Amino acid sequence: MDLELFLQFLINGIALGSLYALIAIGYTIIYGVVQLINFAHGEFFMVAAFMTMWGVSQYGIQLGLAFPLATLLVVGLALFVDRSVYRPLREQKTSSFIGAISVSFLLQNLFVVLFTSRAKPFPHPAILDEVINFGTIALPVVNIFIVGVAIVMFTGLFLLVQYTDMGRAMRAISKDMEVSQLMGINPNRVIAFAFIISALFAAVGAFMYCSKFPYVDPFTGAIPGLKAFIGAVMGGIGSIPGALVGGFLLGMGEIMIVAFFPDLTSFRDIISYVILILFLLFRPGGIFNVRMREEKV
Amino acid sequence: MKNLPSRNSYLTVVLGAIILLVAYIAESSFDPYIVRILNMWAIYVTLVVSFVLVYGVTGQFTLAHAGLAAIGAYTVSLLTLPPDAKMVSFLLQTPHPLIADAQWPLLPALLLGGVLAALVGFTIGAPALRLHGDYLLIVTFGFSEIIRLVLINLPSFTNGAMGLKGVPYLSGLVWTVGGAMLTVILTNRLINSSYGRALKCVREDEIAAEAVGVNLYRHKTLAFVFSSFFVGIAGGLYAQVLGTVDPNTFRPALTYAVMTMAILGGIRSLTGGVLAAGIYTMASELLRSVEEPRMIFGYDFPGLPGLRQLAFSVMLLLLILFAQRGLMGGNEFSWDWLRSRFKRKAPKKEGGEA
Repeated sequence: MDLELFLQFLINGIALGSLYALIAIGYTIIYGVVQLINFAHGEFFMVAAFMTMWGVSQYGIQLGLAFPLATLLVVGLALFVDRSVYRPLREQKTSSFIGAISVSFLLQNLFVVLFTSRAKPFPHPAILDEVINFGTIALPVVNIFIVGVAIVMFTGLFLLVQYTDMGRAMRAISKDMEVSQLMGINPNRVIAFAFIISALFAAVGAFMYCSKFPYVDPFTGAIPGLKAFIGAVMGGIGSIPGALVGGFLLGMGEIMIVAFFPDLTSFRDIISYVILILFLLFRPGGIFNVRMREEKV
Repeated sequence: MKNLPSRNSYLTVVLGAIILLVAYIAESSFDPYIVRILNMWAIYVTLVVSFVLVYGVTGQFTLAHAGLAAIGAYTVSLLTLPPDAKMVSFLLQTPHPLIADAQWPLLPALLLGGVLAALVGFTIGAPALRLHGDYLLIVTFGFSEIIRLVLINLPSFTNGAMGLKGVPYLSGLVWTVGGAMLTVILTNRLINSSYGRALKCVREDEIAAEAVGVNLYRHKTLAFVFSSFFVGIAGGLYAQVLGTVDPNTFRPALTYAVMTMAILGGIRSLTGGVLAAGIYTMASELLRSVEEPRMIFGYDFPGLPGLRQLAFSVMLLLLILFAQRGLMGGNEFSWDWLRSRFKRKAPKKEGGEA
């Protein structure tokens, strides 16, 4: 393979990896504070993309307004789901997981009933479709945009978790729920905050993902959601740097498989699942070897 | 426990014989649509009961049902499809020589489907059942999806995403109902054996179970492989009744459907599972008619595709939030309970062991 083609793949890999990393943050933050695999995260992603599209195509709202509105809606939805489904089930592990499955299933099917399962074009700024040429290397603007936004989001998240009271409370809760309650942290508030952050990342991820692959249907969230989840597990679910690295590696790996082993392209979903299973079996803490609360008895 | 067959077991045998006789008569005299619904009911019973054994009784939450059913479905379809019918399905490539000329009778094909599903179940369960909680369910979910994706990517065996058409309907109500009854009876025997008590012990408290000498891992694997076998059989019958198989049938949605039925029935109750499977099948048919476009009073009603799944996901959510005991909780139907009803004694506490 010549260098130019490789660089082309590399750029794509960086972009896809950043997308997976962004979405993976949503899983890992929730898992960190409540030990819940939020199966509905991919659907928050889908709702954000769908509502943006709907606002623009149905009501003619400017994209710059439709997306923030959709984001607000998804944040509200996440808070509502947390309050009405996850909180009542918080003490029951399997039930809360079934709750998450049913929320995910419900949102998918609700959108099928309301909007049919036909894929619709996603409105995105025209500039994102352009390609900058550096000699023979084509650099799609959307990829620069994705990486730029991802860096901003991650920096923001890092500052938030490291230096604000809420961030400290989140870290405390993920270490030890009971003791942090004794220290005067209200877990429900912190968990709600984690859901806000996770929905925010889902919405931003959705906007960028759908700008790159510009169609939405009620199942749009399923595949990126699963991939991001696998990324989160790879890095060590519950750890923010873990999600970043895991999501990035998975996205990059997916593109590199296409680049170096084109024959395996149709097997890449299988490969991601195999990676997921191997990690869970042999290194459940992921690359960063995160130890979760439940392990210490 | 008892060596002599009791009056209750005679009653069970008689009831079983009556049900089979009704199934036999129904096959030829009922409307094909009704027969199809009854077939689906019986298949769902098999699927739900095997889910109850693993989750309800042993306490291991797995999501591998769809993948295991796919193994049975594809085995049975490929072995029972006549060679020339295979050629009709396989348009883009020639079927693998291993299966191209195979034409088996139904029973050995079904059994092989069950055995293969049990083997795959063992392959999944052996590593996965060492894990707990979240890890276990994610690994089984992943395995189930891998099976489906492999089916798509092995076109010389499975005809890929297009699936197989024209699977001959060799089974019938007697098969599906018989399969369901066999599953219920054998699972019930297992639950009430010393193994079953060990399984419940594993569910209630793994550490205590280990302390009294229950080999956790062996028992979990036993329950999982036992249930996988029946899931494979159910998958095979499913393919028979549908007449077509394709990988899309075995998406996680199938597992969720089984899970919904099991929770509706009361996750620990076989009786509840049987009832819930029936309710689910009927409700599904009723809602199907709402989904389809039709004319109502001259008004062109467009139909609401997706409504069925929506209704079931709402039901699952409501059950898990407000009615986790489902219809039956942990209670089972038993002859003693029925008798106490008829004698109009002070009603005994419902349930007990069947």
